[in-house]
Amino acid sequence: MKAFIKALAYTLPEKVLTNADLALEFPEWNEEKIMKKLGIAERHVVADDETASDLAVTAAEKLFAENKINRETVDYLIFCTQSPDYVLPTTACLIQQRLGLGNHIGAIDVNLGCSGWIFGLSLAKGLVLGGMAKNVLLLTAETYSKHLHPRDKGNRTIFGDGAAATLVGSEGIAEIGNFSFGTDGNGAENLIVKTGGARQRTKLDDLQFDNFGNPKSSDYIYMNGAEILNYTLDRIPGLIGEVLQKNDCALEDIDLHVYHQANKYIANLQRVKMKIEPEKYYCCFERMGNTVSSTIPIALKEALNDGSIKAGHKVLSVAQGLGYSWGGVMLRF
Amino acid sequence: MTLDQFVQQFAEQFDETPANQFTPATDYKSLEEWGSLTTLGVITMVDAEMGKRITGSNLLACTTIEELYNFIQRV
Repeated sequence: MKAFIKALAYTLPEKVLTNADLALEFPEWNEEKIMKKLGIAERHVVADDETASDLAVTAAEKLFAENKINRETVDYLIFCTQSPDYVLPTTACLIQQRLGLGNHIGAIDVNLGCSGWIFGLSLAKGLVLGGMAKNVLLLTAETYSKHLHPRDKGNRTIFGDGAAATLVGSEGIAEIGNFSFGTDGNGAENLIVKTGGARQRTKLDDLQFDNFGNPKSSDYIYMNGAEILNYTLDRIPGLIGEVLQKNDCALEDIDLHVYHQANKYIANLQRVKMKIEPEKYYCCFERMGNTVSSTIPIALKEALNDGSIKAGHKVLSVAQGLGYSWGGVMLRF
Repeated sequence: MTLDQFVQQFAEQFDETPANQFTPATDYKSLEEWGSLTTLGVITMVDAEMGKRITGSNLLACTTIEELYNFIQRV
């Protein structure tokens, strides 16, 4: 038996944060500079009363409607987010009820960042190949806007909120090939929200500003951009090589590279370092920024819609995320 | 890579600062354009052009472009 992606759908929140909006708040930023450096024109952010699970439910409903999928066929739900509705219970259980899925299904949360879709897809494939589920609904949703300090110019520019729905079964539009994974907890401190979990439940209210005027606080997302860059430089080339090897492919065999969509700067860096032709490297961040665990399914959906992915194409997807956690997979459309 | 070439490559990471403002003695952290993105640019340039890995902390610890160049030679 093989496992396939059967359908994809995504949603973005209604509220849009444009580069002009950011330039008003940060006069040293300007629209042209953001676009030129990061390739992001706008990002979407949730309303105060809107959560990642709300986005996930909308994405799932779109998936059902657009593909005429009977929700009663879903027998397992994986929800990947770092913005759960509550500390407990499991948000996937709440989504099961809201989507009207059966009571016989399995439902779990997965806490991962940008690598979340790759890891979620691997779990879905395992469930299908193991005969434990026939139709796994993988929902990825993130609302980093809720974790960002208002003065965090860089991260508010890069990150956008969004959600994607991926249905996995034993037939479909893309065969899920072999995976490669990696984890290194030594990088945990380089992208972190330190408070709110069991280690430090209450806020520390320790806001400082670094040498560039960026806020650094235990109560909001902190990202050490230079360390994250070095992590990308260190891990991505090896990861790509491993995934290719595990799928008996060479780089030249890949028809389209659909990687985690961080921003234009990182995309160019990866593409040039790997010597990938621009026409084979898909970019999809201009209208939504970095949506964390949903960037790859959103990009795949867009690439299918605009004809960049055609039947017979081999697509390589890799993602590097906080943790550190990284992974990749080959998809055959 | 020679020091002069390094200064030129360093200057290319900046969009708004005129190239003639860059010399081996330039205190790069005092430049108005120095920031998160130029930090990433220099790290990337050092990786791509010199095959060496430096960190944000290394960039903060050095003052002039020549000091950074000499540091990279020892990495």
